[in-house]
Parts: sequence; structure tokens; C-alpha cells
Amino acid sequence: MTREIAVVAFAQTDHRRSTEESSEVEMLMPVLHEVLDRTGLKTADIGFTCSGSSDYLAGRAFSFTLALDGVGAWPPISESHVEMDGAWALYEAWTKLLTGDADTALVYSYGKCSPGSVRDVLTRQLDPYYVAPLWPDAVALAALQAQALIDAGDTDEPALAAVGARSRADAAANPHAQLAGRVPQGDYVVRPLRTGDCPPIGDGAAAVVLAAGERARELCERPAWIRGIDHRIEAHALGVRDLTDSPSTRLAAEKAGAFEGPVDTAELHAPFSAQEVVLRKALRLGDGVRVNPSGGALAAHPVMAAGLIRIGEAAARIHRGESDRALAHATSGPCLQQNLVAVLEGDPR
Amino acid sequence: MPEVLKAPLVVEFPFTRSLGPVQSAFLTGLRERVVLGVKTGDGRTLVPPVEYDPVTSEEIRDLVEVAATGTVTTWAWNHEPRRGQPLATPFAWVLVRLDGADTALLHALDAPGPDAVRTGMRVRIRWAGERTGAITDIACFEPYDGQPEQPGGHTGEFENPLTGIVTPARLDYTYSPGRAQADYIDALSEQRTVGERCPSCRKVYVPPRGACPTCGVATAEHVEVGPRGTVTTYCIVNIKAKNLDIEVPYVYAHIALDGADLALHARIGGIPYDEVRMGLRVEPVWTQGARYPDHYRPTGEPDADYDTYKELL
Repeated sequence: MTREIAVVAFAQTDHRRSTEESSEVEMLMPVLHEVLDRTGLKTADIGFTCSGSSDYLAGRAFSFTLALDGVGAWPPISESHVEMDGAWALYEAWTKLLTGDADTALVYSYGKCSPGSVRDVLTRQLDPYYVAPLWPDAVALAALQAQALIDAGDTDEPALAAVGARSRADAAANPHAQLAGRVPQGDYVVRPLRTGDCPPIGDGAAAVVLAAGERARELCERPAWIRGIDHRIEAHALGVRDLTDSPSTRLAAEKAGAFEGPVDTAELHAPFSAQEVVLRKALRLGDGVRVNPSGGALAAHPVMAAGLIRIGEAAARIHRGESDRALAHATSGPCLQQNLVAVLEGDPR
Repeated sequence: MPEVLKAPLVVEFPFTRSLGPVQSAFLTGLRERVVLGVKTGDGRTLVPPVEYDPVTSEEIRDLVEVAATGTVTTWAWNHEPRRGQPLATPFAWVLVRLDGADTALLHALDAPGPDAVRTGMRVRIRWAGERTGAITDIACFEPYDGQPEQPGGHTGEFENPLTGIVTPARLDYTYSPGRAQADYIDALSEQRTVGERCPSCRKVYVPPRGACPTCGVATAEHVEVGPRGTVTTYCIVNIKAKNLDIEVPYVYAHIALDGADLALHARIGGIPYDEVRMGLRVEPVWTQGARYPDHYRPTGEPDADYDTYKELL
């Protein structure tokens, strides 16, 4: 019998351009306390802890070990870390709960983009032989994808601007968002992408509590049951891929069961406006689906936490009774290279 | 609130990478102005070449020369080139499918402006004057309106093939230590050492991290500790570190400052290395203008009783 596992609590920081007055653990800790308070759990009660972050963002080696101070890792706890977005840490925690080794899991992730230049930092995830020596920054690679979509007739610059405008308008209802309300579309950063097509650069953290079966019902009035999660990756070389499509997202969605029934909400991790166009197509999202009611990554993009936040936001909508079946997506790497899809459901009302 | 401490932090490293047979042939080829692709089992030619078919994961080694001319498959205009990028003047990022290839290569296109660039335009490699066997041996692409060039049929066998490359990486940061560590550094500037007490377990952590690792709660209560302390354990260093002018052997020790519940580490001086022992009482020695104690030296007090520091080992 497969165990039922749910997101039972979610918390996030206010995402800001800079949190230079705080260390990573200082930024993270209030979120950890908040998410635990929501369930009444103490750190010692948690069966498994998993985190996601990247040392490259702040230029600090092994920074995740310092962040562990925030979860009380003594006496020893069952813990793991992924050098990826926290959505992948959640995947690992979900797997752990499925095995029956734990009934509850704490998943957190954080990113401080302010100490470095995140455009340049992200070049270090590229192929080190053929691509990284050219230092193509994150916006440049997203711009190549945007132009490919424009050439294919899938979008145009006004349509891209509308994606950004809708995201920031929705973010006005999200107190944690970094950019909300009317934001000028701005100048080209790398043409065809303008400032308004790009995510804000910022610092932030998020945390989620997962629980299995009856434990989830004890901890949360309306748990967001994870009906499926899957993640897939595409060829590393950009020139091998069709940048206008995301077969990995489609496959992950299929394996996660996303196409087995309609969803009412989709939280998509699309840091660049053009990527939402790709994802909507790959996920077959119609106009009836509420996409990124939180404002999405165009309103707040703490790298390494933005994907986990998509799952958290989707779950929180189920907790609040605003959604019955939601899809959450997270991405990593250039031009939607890696993609994770989760399907969340609330109990029938 | 006190001023936020900040300092430049540069992370720089020359990554030395070995090349497999396919990457070696490709990069050696660039040195010799030859562009090589690799054939997959179903007859596609991948440029740049990889060692495993991205579809079947089959190992592929069948090298084939392609032309130095090709077609732009997508582009993006970069009006503000950044450090390390191929051109210092505004340029287009391009994916180029070279004639004879089925996949595209990422590089820069030198063009007068975005109006001179379009998907489908024809381009040609501009070779770098000095070539070392790197992707940057292609200086960039340039617009080209001639016939497709005919590749020479090179087999990928070279004299003196490259076996490795060095790819320097540099990232610039502004480091700020956060509240707890900033308070610690500020106190050090007055030659004081402060820790923070956990509100739950009452332990005093030095240096403070803003959190108690046992309880997972925030710490904020300042506690001045030391200046004297006790050596809880130590080691004798016999290898001289690069750029460090400390004579070996010397002693590196864990020191529990009086009032602290966590040991700091520091060098022990003012005593022959083979006379340092657990329980030795020590005090900091500051040098003019230093930001932290240069080392710790014996105070002359009797050794501390083992029971007073056994929990801090």
C-alpha cells in the first residue's frame, strides 16, 4: 500500500534585493520557526530534514552546514542536502516518507543572490569545456530561447510583456513578493528580453513540512496531498535541444499524473517571461487554469528557493480551500534544462 | 543598527580538466582551424561533439569534419558585453548550425547592430590569431554571404593532441557576515571576544553564529568571554603552508575561553611545541593593528583540571 504524503505547512521570507545585514542562517531561521509553529512540531519531532542551496550564490563553501544550526542538528538528526532548488530536496524527502522511514519531513532552501552577480554566477553551471569559457550569462541564454519562440510564432514582445505585467499585478496580493504592482517593462537587458521579462534578483528562503497519512490530517486541516512528483532532464548541450519546447516538463507531468484530470491552479517556475510560454504549451494549460496567482518567479526569485516556493504556494492554496487540484513546477539550469512537476490535491469538499 | 560590515571577496580558480578522445579531437581541431563533429548511430552529426549520444546514450567516437560556415538558428543581442565574453563590443549571442552539422554551437556573432542579425542568416567562423585548443580559438562568427565551405575530410587524428585544458574561473562577491558574526568582528576590533548565549540550553557559543545548533533557536544575548582560556586539545603542524611565514613545527590548538561553551582554534606560541599540553592555561597575544589575536601564550597559571574542560573537547 502506497503511503499518502501531503504538504502540511509552508512559510517563506519576504524576498528582498538584499539581506546583507543577515547571515544565511539568520535569514533562514525565522522561516523554519514559522513553518514548525504552523504544525506545532519541534525540530526534534521531525523525522527527516532535507535542504537545497548553492554555495556559488554567496561564495561561501559548505554554507549549508552552517544553515543546519537553524534546525538543531545536535543530537544528530536524519538529514540530507541537495545542491539544487529546494523542490528537489522536497522530492528526496517525499521519497524518504514513501519508504516508511519517517512520518514527517522538514524541507527548506534559501538563496542569497545579493553578494555576487547572479548572471555571472550561473555561468558556472554550464558545460565547462565548450560553453562556460564564453561566459554566456543567464539572461543571454534565456534571450536565445525567447528569440526562438518569437521566430516560431509562439509569442512576441508585447505578449511577453503581458506575462510580466500579469505576474506583478497578481503579486500585489502576495506580501512576500519583491516586485508587485505596475513595473515598467524597461530597456533590453539582452534583446529580446527587457527588464520586465527578467526576474528580480533577490535573497530569500522557504520551508515546507511534509507528513504521511493520518499524521498529515493531525497537523493540517486540509492537507495538500502529493498525488505524484517526477523530474526529468534534457541534453546538456543547448544546441541539441528545441528551445521552443520542454519535453522534460511534459514527461515529468505525465509521470506525475498531471494529465489524468484537470488542474485549477498552476504555479510555474518560469524565471523569464518566455519560459511561461514554453511551460504552458508543454503542460497543456488552458485559459481556465489560474497560473501563478502568487506572482511567480517574475515577482520574486530567490535562486534555490523559487521552485520550492511554487510547491508551497500551490499547497497553501489547497490549505486555504482556494484550489482542489494544483500543479507545481520547478526548474533548474539554463533554458528550462531540468524540470520537476508535482500534482497536489485537497480532500473533496 | 550598526553599519553592515562588508568586504570584497574574490573566488578564483584555474580548473584543470582532462579531455576524453572526442573533446580532445574537437579542441585540438580548433587549434588547427578544423571543426569536428561526431556521428551518432542514426547518422546525425553533433557539433560540438559529445562522447555519448544524448538520445541513446551509446558511446560515439566517429569524428567527421564540418564546415566553418553555417546558419544562425537563434540569436540574442548583447548590447553590454560582460567580463570574459568573446567580444568587448556589442555583439549577438548565436546558436549556429555549421554546414554539415545537425546541431548548433553557441558563440558570439560580430555584427554592427541587432538590425543586421536574423535567424537564418549565414555566418562564418573568425579564427583567433593565437589558438591554444579552446572554444575561444573561435574568436567569434561574422556575417558571410558566400557559398558554404567544403570541409576537408579530417579524421580527427592530430599530432600533439591536447589532453587537457585549463579554464580559469573568477567570481566577485561582496561578503557581509551577518549580524552575529559582525558583532563578533566589531568586538575583536576592541581586542575583546564575545559569544552569544542560547536562551534555551544556556550554552555560550564563540564565535556566535546567531543560532544554537543544539536547540535550533536564535541566539542574541551577548556574553564577553576570555581573554584567558584552556587548551582542550592540540596538534603539531610540521608542514609549512604556502604564503605563511610561521616556522614549523608549531602548535595549533582548541582553546576554551573562560565562560565559553565551545572551543576556538588558534596557534600556541611562547612555549616549545613539545611542551604544549591539554589543560594548559593561555591568553591572547595581539600585534599592532591586527584584527584577531596573533597567537595564544601560556599565562603561567597551574594547568586546568580535566573535569573543567572535558565537556568541551
